Amino acid sequence: MQAYIIRRLLALIPTLFVASLIVFVSMRLIPGDVIDQMLAQNDVATSADRALVEEALGLDQPMYIQYFRWVGGIMRGDLGNSLWHNTPVTAQLAETLPITFQLGLLALVVALTVAVPIGIYSAMRQDTAGDYIARSFSLLMLSIPSFWLGTLVMVFPSVWWRWSPPLEYTPFFQDPIQNLSHMLLPAVLLGLALSAVTMRMTRTMMLEVMRQDYIRTARAKGLAENLVIARHALRNGLIPVITLIGLQAPLLIGGAVILEQIFVVPGMGLLLLEAVFARDYPVISGIFLVTGVAILMINLLVDLTYGFLDPKVRY
Amino acid sequence: MTDTALPGTIPTATTRPLIAGADHPIVAFCGRLLREKPLGAIGGVIFVVFLFCGLFADVLAPYAANETNMAARLQAPSLSHWLGTDHLGRDLLSRVLIGAQLSMMVGFLAAGLATVVSIVLGLLSGYLGGKVDMAIQRVVDAWMIFPDLLLLIVVVSIVGSGMPQIVIVLGLLYGIGGSRIVRGGVLTVRETMYTHAAQSMGARTLYILWYHILPNVMPVVIVLFTTRVGAAILAEAGLSFLGLGVPPPAPTWGGMLSGDGRTYMYMAPWLAIAPGVCLTLVVFSVNIFGDALRDLLDPRMRGSR
Repeated sequence: MQAYIIRRLLALIPTLFVASLIVFVSMRLIPGDVIDQMLAQNDVATSADRALVEEALGLDQPMYIQYFRWVGGIMRGDLGNSLWHNTPVTAQLAETLPITFQLGLLALVVALTVAVPIGIYSAMRQDTAGDYIARSFSLLMLSIPSFWLGTLVMVFPSVWWRWSPPLEYTPFFQDPIQNLSHMLLPAVLLGLALSAVTMRMTRTMMLEVMRQDYIRTARAKGLAENLVIARHALRNGLIPVITLIGLQAPLLIGGAVILEQIFVVPGMGLLLLEAVFARDYPVISGIFLVTGVAILMINLLVDLTYGFLDPKVRY
Repeated sequence: MTDTALPGTIPTATTRPLIAGADHPIVAFCGRLLREKPLGAIGGVIFVVFLFCGLFADVLAPYAANETNMAARLQAPSLSHWLGTDHLGRDLLSRVLIGAQLSMMVGFLAAGLATVVSIVLGLLSGYLGGKVDMAIQRVVDAWMIFPDLLLLIVVVSIVGSGMPQIVIVLGLLYGIGGSRIVRGGVLTVRETMYTHAAQSMGARTLYILWYHILPNVMPVVIVLFTTRVGAAILAEAGLSFLGLGVPPPAPTWGGMLSGDGRTYMYMAPWLAIAPGVCLTLVVFSVNIFGDALRDLLDPRMRGSR
């Protein structure tokens, strides 16, 4: 197991290297006139200011030196400073990342509590009306854009009952109830999109497992159907669903950007959008990089959990 | 030499060279779709209706998309404005129709570009193998760890927003991601007997790629293209919603749900309905049509997404 973890970590190095190149190169694609534009948005700008901005972005050095300086900075936990706020990007990330993480985690809980039972039900009652409804629902959920659903939730309760969702963020440890009353709605919307895929996967895996010999054996020895499902089918059928959660992490983060904007959740997505509109490139590249690394780590964790849960997979 | 009917490969109509045979196999396929996958056929029909609306939006739209009429602001749906009007008195039906045109353009152009990129990368990586494969796959690995929407937002923040940029970025984005699926198909076809036969006869690599490999990965490619059309439409709408898509006053479905329109939705809730319903219907139709296509064309991909 230890050797496996080390091998996996080593395999991450080329991916991380190429990923860092992608982030780096995309930031170098910033056209020169953007700097002018940044200066123009600011008050009185001179050519000295221009040199300052170029220095802040590190544009006055040769490419490869820029790259190694940038990577060296990241190794020391330095992602540069925000161009407008003059605060370190890492500080801004430390503030916003936990909020997005909480949103994602809540969404995951919502997705699993909705998807797994319905998926199991759908598989047990294959090709009945219930199965059909569940599958159509999941396909529909897959197709409704979360930003439209978010818009409907904002507009219609307000029009019909003069109620609109709370939009004021309270830190969880300050007032958990206040916090949840704000975060729950975006989490549900985010979770619904995820639940569609999870439901399909759960159904497929359960159908697959129910055809296995050991299920027939369990039934043949007279085990109650509930126990067959709980003890034999679920434990084997749900393992691949965990992998799916890893694969869905990018979707979750992408969705979070949109829902954070609608529900004014001050997470990483909102920070990214503000940075994009302010052309705050160090912040953008910082978020870009952190997201990539986070997803890599989630996938690694998922793979390791997989080995832990499935005794057939031993490294 | 016929390269059909080998066990374990993908049989029938699609195994012929790309350019030939558009007429009757397609009709036969539609029949099969209708018989075996009625839901998928419904999806196909819905999509074709939207495609039709998009193609003939200029003729179908009763008003010009950006024709303002302050006397008729925020009107509820009526006979003269079937879907009502917005805060500038623009006819919502016309805007939704032109929006369909924009969506279809983005969807087809981006998916087309993505397909070409996927085919080129997938063929190179899968057929040549070795170091080329290694190098391409590491880039694909790294590329795929970034969420689509995030990549889009970042790139658009650099190159600016507009139809050409979005099409190119989406095309590259989905193209690189999809190349892995094409590669998988190529890996299988590469080891078939007809490919080995062609190789041993000394056929040039390009000839083999074009006449043997490509026709046999076509089912994968077609399914990929279909699903990417939906994904691109959704992504563009998301970007426009965030104010990073095709800039206003272009009537994009995503844009109509955000920006100025948003503030007036509380007075005119119908503004929130039509663009979202259209978007959902298009994506829904592509999803079920794509699922059906996958089941019919490529049994190996069944159940995957």
